[in-house]
Amino acid sequence: MPQVKQAPGGWGPLSTLPGNPIMWVLIWSELLVFGAALGGFAVARLLDPAGFDASQAHLDRFLGALNTMVLLTSGFLAAMAVRARADGEMSGSRRWMAASMAVGAVFLYVKIIEYADKLDAGLDIETNTFFTLYYLITGFHFLHVILGLIILGVVTWKNSLENLETGAAFWHMVDLVWVLIFPLIYLVR
Amino acid sequence: MKYETQKLAYPYFLAAMGLFVAQVLGGLLAGTVYVFPNLLSETIPFHIIRMIHTNALIVWLLFGFFGAAYYLIPEEAETEIHSPGIAKLQFWLFLIGAAAAVVGYLFGIHEGREFLEQPLIIKVAIVIVALMFLYNITMTLIKGRKTAVSLILTIGMWGLALFFLFAFYNPTNLALDKMFWWYVVHLWVEGVWELIMAAILSFLLIKMTGIDREVVEKWLYVIVSLTLFTGLLGTGHHYYWIGTPGYWQWIGSIFSTLEVLPFLAIVVFTFMIVRKGGRNHPNQAALLWTMGCAVMAFFGAGVWGFLHTLAPINYLTHGTQITPAHGHLAFFGAYVMVNLAIITYAMPHLRGMQPYNQVLNMWSFWIMCSGMAFMTFVLTAAGVLQTHLQRVMGIGFMEVADEINFFFILRLLSGIVVVVGVLIYVYAMLSTDKEQAQAGETSPQAAE
Repeated sequence: MPQVKQAPGGWGPLSTLPGNPIMWVLIWSELLVFGAALGGFAVARLLDPAGFDASQAHLDRFLGALNTMVLLTSGFLAAMAVRARADGEMSGSRRWMAASMAVGAVFLYVKIIEYADKLDAGLDIETNTFFTLYYLITGFHFLHVILGLIILGVVTWKNSLENLETGAAFWHMVDLVWVLIFPLIYLVR
Repeated sequence: MKYETQKLAYPYFLAAMGLFVAQVLGGLLAGTVYVFPNLLSETIPFHIIRMIHTNALIVWLLFGFFGAAYYLIPEEAETEIHSPGIAKLQFWLFLIGAAAAVVGYLFGIHEGREFLEQPLIIKVAIVIVALMFLYNITMTLIKGRKTAVSLILTIGMWGLALFFLFAFYNPTNLALDKMFWWYVVHLWVEGVWELIMAAILSFLLIKMTGIDREVVEKWLYVIVSLTLFTGLLGTGHHYYWIGTPGYWQWIGSIFSTLEVLPFLAIVVFTFMIVRKGGRNHPNQAALLWTMGCAVMAFFGAGVWGFLHTLAPINYLTHGTQITPAHGHLAFFGAYVMVNLAIITYAMPHLRGMQPYNQVLNMWSFWIMCSGMAFMTFVLTAAGVLQTHLQRVMGIGFMEVADEINFFFILRLLSGIVVVVGVLIYVYAMLSTDKEQAQAGETSPQAAE
């Protein structure tokens, strides 16, 4: 039987991406899921624009905008951690990553305030289609922020450059998704 | 065959083929009852025939998986099976348990919960069988080489056993009953069984194409990741109209749509590996079943699953003939064919022969696949018609049943074709070609 030669790594196009290739499979899967969910949101809004606008008026745009800045800042700090590690600054890298995680945790705190406000106002996942999707999409994203913080914690501990790149790639996916969620669910009229 | 204990697979494969015949004969009988509704209604009612058809299927697939594991784990782990005695005992316990269950069904002894009809004592026996198997395989793996193929196969088998435990939880609330029922049914066939299937296909491809193991393993990791990512929350597509909250419609629709991806990945993987590695392996029939499995699983599980997985569509098609159309092709394409592939590959080694009866075996492939495809098409047509007449136009159930009767005649005919294919397969596997038997197993194994 012929032996087939493979490029180093053998991951094909995935080999050229930073971090672990399986992480990119996960990232694309996540983007497909959030893409499909936001697509579903767009279709549901098309079917009931007035209802969606009325429900959207209950959302807190200030807290949404604040959280956008929080996540982008955290993403920037994670990128700095990767750069520091690439330059060989182990402790500097760890400090950047710790800062990134601390800022990331602020997102969770703000989001919990938001959820509590909504639930106090009697708006829950069964209220209407808008809120079903609001809770599903932002809730699913919320779980990813928690998972992201855990991943960042692990790669700060086992901080090879590849691990840091893998963790940062996931973290950037999490803030990329938020940057799509915020305008589409909070802002678009 | 490099290890003596690989022979443990032989009785498992024989039992699998025997029950396969019983299963399709049960199916044939059930299909006949659809055409002649009062047939045997007093002696063996339809629900008992159906029980035998579905239970025999699951049990023979499990026999096949156990056999596949006993065959491939020694080769992967490069060591003998931990305890041949346990494997033999496990075989007889499982066979006697299965036979007892069938005899019990004929006398009306069952728990009535669809697919999990086995009386409690049989369920306990199944758990004991699974524990014996898992102990044996895990101990083998611990002392031997740990490859991605054997690890994922073993993880899949552990998952299979763990999720079966939900069969013991039977809440009286019907909505909760169905919710946990799917933990067994869905998380088996759209979760852990996919890991088992991917691992067996990977083993076959490594052996038959001579492709670099590392390439296959990478694909295996991607397929497994996609399967778990989409399949676990994909359970939501069973939670649409059973009393669970409405948000499951969104979760189920989104994740189960993506369940097509791992099956697509399996097709791309299989054909790419075969194209790169070449198809010079002497067991052409096994290669055909391997590639066919990838394709038919993609259509049966992937395409026909997607057909009715979106909540707004399922609102209309729920409980129509669309479901058995999908169920038949998915089970056949994914799990029947992967078993027939590994049996076709392993039997010559187990019997110490060159690959034999290849042409006959490949005929059975085309006959079975044609029969199953035709069955799927006619059930789909019946389901579409039924959906339109009953759900869109609002015509009564029984009146619609008369309208789609013609398709049940066609389904019976396709069933006869499938049974012929199955009998040819089993004959091809069991009969002895004297010339080849004398030649023995002389050719070298394919390189890894």
